[in-house]
Amino acid sequence: MIGAHDLGGKQGFGRVLSARNLDAIASDSPEPLFHAEWERRAFALTLATGMLGQWNIDESRHARENQEPQRYLDNSYYETWLVGLQKLLYAKGLLEREELESLPFAASVDIATNQSIQRHDRSTIEPPTPAKAAELLAKGGPTSLPELRQPKYAVGTKVQVLPMTHAGHTRAPQYVHGVTGIIYAINGVHIYPDANAHRRDEDTIVGEILYTVSFARVALFPSHASHAASGGGVSEDKRVRGSVTTTDASTIDKGNVKECNQDRVFVDLWEPYLTHD
Amino acid sequence: MSNSEDHDHDHDHDHDHTAPPSELELRVKALESLLIEKGLVNPETLNEIIDTYEHRVGPRNGAQVVAKAWTSAEFRQALLTDATDAVASLGFMGRQGEHLKVVANSDDVHNLVVCTLCSCYPWTVLGLPPAWYKSAPYRSRAVSEPRAVLAEFGTHLADTTRVQVWDSTAELRYLVLPQRPVGTEGWSEAQLAELVTRNAMIGVEVVNPPETNEVCG
Repeated sequence: MIGAHDLGGKQGFGRVLSARNLDAIASDSPEPLFHAEWERRAFALTLATGMLGQWNIDESRHARENQEPQRYLDNSYYETWLVGLQKLLYAKGLLEREELESLPFAASVDIATNQSIQRHDRSTIEPPTPAKAAELLAKGGPTSLPELRQPKYAVGTKVQVLPMTHAGHTRAPQYVHGVTGIIYAINGVHIYPDANAHRRDEDTIVGEILYTVSFARVALFPSHASHAASGGGVSEDKRVRGSVTTTDASTIDKGNVKECNQDRVFVDLWEPYLTHD
Repeated sequence: MSNSEDHDHDHDHDHDHTAPPSELELRVKALESLLIEKGLVNPETLNEIIDTYEHRVGPRNGAQVVAKAWTSAEFRQALLTDATDAVASLGFMGRQGEHLKVVANSDDVHNLVVCTLCSCYPWTVLGLPPAWYKSAPYRSRAVSEPRAVLAEFGTHLADTTRVQVWDSTAELRYLVLPQRPVGTEGWSEAQLAELVTRNAMIGVEVVNPPETNEVCG
């Protein structure tokens, strides 16, 4: 789906470093990982329930991105995680609608989901112990599959990204659709997110060859050719990192930063996203 | 959407709330209680997860990787050939670091990492991402106008340096290997690691020579 999450190249969002988080540009400043206790808990609950093995990372991403665009953009980062978590708990039958609606501020519940509801036998679900959780975090979940397949495109081949052909989850951002790039690397067979996000229990895991495709930035964004960029800049040439000197709002000007046409953007794309140029 | 002046509710578009509504506190607390009560979550496991990312996994891991690559040509080569394996040899592996790629800066090339679709980030070497990395302005602009974004961080590159932006759309996680600053000849790995910042490993900054701090600090 081309949802509000698909942000690459969208315009009008303004500066990265708002006045409030300017201190974040001093890399050594102790920016908190979580800005409130509920963010810390939402993060941990998401990881802990993820370890129950009832959903995969692509289902999880789809649950977060599949929101009304205005809600996605309005939600803070961990609010979106919370939206995704509640949807998955419902869709997988771990919590009932009534249980979610009984929580405080039920008006904000958004469990509408196009993910298929799969009721599991909850008696077999065993939440991991702290030791088991530590083991799972240290192990991770590789997405590469030990499958040998002949890549359709060799390194250096010109490929074009196909337009979006379905309304489900995808990892081909809109800004590359229809654009020609060059195969930069072949990364083997990886789980295919477009299928995995909508996989039913009885379906087998689908893998596809994952390429890294190199694009000329100017081919993706002709409107940002070698001209002054819109973002503004910090007028100091050198900023002092890790000292008491931080850039205050008064030193920010509109900037005169030029984008350059030789710059490139690399995007990881699966074989079904591509066609010969 | 871009005009914050006429925007009167309590959400910011850069997604880094500092004062969340208290209903979220109550709601998350109630959800946690419900999940514990139903036997779906072990409360001690929640603390283990939080402790891991607040205290054990973070950008000091990545700084060690960079410092080692600066002092060992062999490790640098291993890192550029198979970053997952090379980084695992230092003991850093796991979730959101299953398939690592290291991209090296040089006089000719400067690398920058973003995830335009969500917030993919190499957790094993950098920990959890900062708020600005997950924000709409960074995700939208890093691919279309990287030099303007870099300028916001005080990073100004020569026109002859090519910017390479890596959009983490798959499970490959990118770490930038910054250039070793001049004036650090003979430094130990531990000393060098102190110079390496998180932002330099995302690629929004360079690692400055040590003199910079002395002159300006």
